[in-house]
Amino acid sequence: MKDIKIALVGQPNVGKSMLVNSIANSHLHVGNFSGVTVDKTEVLFDHEGYHFTVVDLPGTYAFTDYTIEERVTHQYLTSGEYDLIINVMDSTNLVKNLQLTSELMSMGKNVVIALNMSDEAKKEGIDIDALRMSKLLGIPCIKVSAITKEGMGELLDALIATKELSTQNSKLVFSEPTEEEILNIEKYLAKHKHQSINSHRNIAINLLKNDKATYKLLHSDPIWTELQSIIVKGSKHIELHHNTDDVREAFAEEYLSFNKGVVEEVLTQVPSRKESSITTKIDNILINPIVGIPIFLFLMWGLFQLTFTIGSIPMDWIDGFFGWLGDTVGPLIKNDDLRSLVVDGIIAGVGAVLLFVPNIVILFIGIALLESTGYMSRVAFLLDGFFHKFGLHGQSFIPLVSGFGCSIPAYMSARILKNDRDRLLTLFIIGFMSCGAKLPVYVLLIGAFLPPEMAGNALFAIYISGAVLGLIAAKILKLTAFKGPEEPFVMEMPKYRLPSLKLVWHTVFTKTMMYVKKAGTFIAAASILIWFLSNYPHNATIDKEYESKIENAQSADMKKELANEMQSEHLEQSYLGTIGKFSEPFFAPLGFDWKMSVALQTGLAAKEVVVSTLGVLYAVGDDVDEQSNSLIGAISKNIPFASAVSFLVVIMIYLPCLAASIVFTREAGGVKYFVYLFVFTSSVAYGLGFIAYHIALRFSS
Amino acid sequence: MKTLSECKIDHKVKVLKLNASKELKQRLISFGIMRGTTAEILKYAPGRSTMEIKVGKMKIALRTQEANLIEVETI
Repeated sequence: MKDIKIALVGQPNVGKSMLVNSIANSHLHVGNFSGVTVDKTEVLFDHEGYHFTVVDLPGTYAFTDYTIEERVTHQYLTSGEYDLIINVMDSTNLVKNLQLTSELMSMGKNVVIALNMSDEAKKEGIDIDALRMSKLLGIPCIKVSAITKEGMGELLDALIATKELSTQNSKLVFSEPTEEEILNIEKYLAKHKHQSINSHRNIAINLLKNDKATYKLLHSDPIWTELQSIIVKGSKHIELHHNTDDVREAFAEEYLSFNKGVVEEVLTQVPSRKESSITTKIDNILINPIVGIPIFLFLMWGLFQLTFTIGSIPMDWIDGFFGWLGDTVGPLIKNDDLRSLVVDGIIAGVGAVLLFVPNIVILFIGIALLESTGYMSRVAFLLDGFFHKFGLHGQSFIPLVSGFGCSIPAYMSARILKNDRDRLLTLFIIGFMSCGAKLPVYVLLIGAFLPPEMAGNALFAIYISGAVLGLIAAKILKLTAFKGPEEPFVMEMPKYRLPSLKLVWHTVFTKTMMYVKKAGTFIAAASILIWFLSNYPHNATIDKEYESKIENAQSADMKKELANEMQSEHLEQSYLGTIGKFSEPFFAPLGFDWKMSVALQTGLAAKEVVVSTLGVLYAVGDDVDEQSNSLIGAISKNIPFASAVSFLVVIMIYLPCLAASIVFTREAGGVKYFVYLFVFTSSVAYGLGFIAYHIALRFSS
Repeated sequence: MKTLSECKIDHKVKVLKLNASKELKQRLISFGIMRGTTAEILKYAPGRSTMEIKVGKMKIALRTQEANLIEVETI
């Protein structure tokens, strides 16, 4: 088995990840807005005796090292730890895509071009002569379509053939003065018998266009002093010819004229029947200055309504299932402690978390659709003016909206913001966008206090007010901690694409599995811990005391009441009770009892644990009949309205879960930022919780 | 001297000069906004803070602040 390691490169929105998906059937996240593939992803598969490793690199327009993605890609490509490059192109926009290709051609690695979206090109009346193109560029060009899977076999064959080929002679031609200077340097390198992996011509090109990596390579060579003056003279000559003082601008123009020449020869465009493309028509409505924003708000509102209404149907089934499971498994276990552990600890805790899978699936589907259709970029366009006023960036919208799903990808997608200050600011604000894991807490509290027909609206209001709070916080931070110049806003508006079902499925499936896995491992462990802390130490004297009382009780009601009293007394003297009691005075101004205080603190591990903690703490001391045994009933009985409001406010704002906090610290670039985040979110949460409690008290009294 | 930010919707312009810093210039070039290319003004976002233009086949959104650095002539 031979190994082939391939670097997959392309401009954003050319369907790179989708192509890997089609080749290897992998579980990758593919999206239609700039910056989905943030880190490089490796995909492995075997084909005809070759072991393929495809490294999917972040999309990049050119090697300007402007964004983190561009830097990641550029660094990897210059590292040379791969055999060849697949350059993925959008067949419907060749000139633009060739811009990157011309830069790749001087890297000294073999390239295969995948002309992707050839099905779409055909529909637009574009015909590309791939054979002629291969000859002109000296690079094999293969027509493929990630969607119809056309050309996959040919692409793989071309990869194998190119791997066996020693060196590729790509044919990039420049204007006369530039060619002259290239030759000059080439001759000099040849005269001094310069040893290198890359060809002398490529080195000359890279030196003339000020490529830093090539500079670094030659910097320590003795020939450098002499060479440097030749380069400076050469660059000046080229600049003069292009009437500019920026040699990179001159080279960009050289590339463009070469690329235009190539496209002229290989592309024939039949006047297409579908004039004034669909994208333009849709844009006329969706980014209309008047109705654009209302449509966006309506879509978001609709998404939250759906999350609630459709989500509640399977929730009943799941609730029923875990109830049944507890009832069935319980009697099978003889040992009291063990039974309690399994039924009250594990089944109740994990069940409480899995209950919210339907909501989360719907929310993830919504976000995946926003991403993959290309609507996300439109929203960034619409909202930039607005965001800018708050010191944020139109592109901050992407991490912020991802924050509604889960803070972890949101923190990571903030990398699309190049300016460190803008990125940090966005990172600090992401937590205000309530993540999917907070949804269960909201659903629970809303269900406990509001009629079902109000639920969707209330949920929408919570999310919106979180976002508004975030904006205000951003403005305050921008004026204080993050003063300074702003990042420019230049962004592609990709074509609208029908979301591929497979693609949405992959995204939703992976994200949901992440949630479920968390429920099975982390949350199950947390549930056991909480169960332990709430059941031990077990005070036998309480049992004895109540046993006799219960036996002597007159009515069934009395017996029940006494049983409840016994349970809560057990809880109060448990470890959990001690912790809660200890922190109760601190949370008392917010109207929390010790149970809520505990739930808040366990929520630091993961927000889903808040629900399971409340489940363990409240369900234990309750009646046994179906109606009041549900957690929602227990909460509406035990928590006053005002306390619930302030609890909700604190949950909205305070520190994200452990995993997200770790990612935040990594993305922000230091533990000190985590300390800032902790102080910032905690003080805001406490302050606003306090205010909310007192306002709610006034209303409810 | 006219800049891109002063253009009206549906106008076609030719880029004459990029008055941006080297870094931003490279960014604009990587999007295909460079001397000699033609651009079409498509839309303004509410408040005219952001605009959408078409360069070649690509649609690009940029802030009027940056568009102000791009010298153009109407064609």
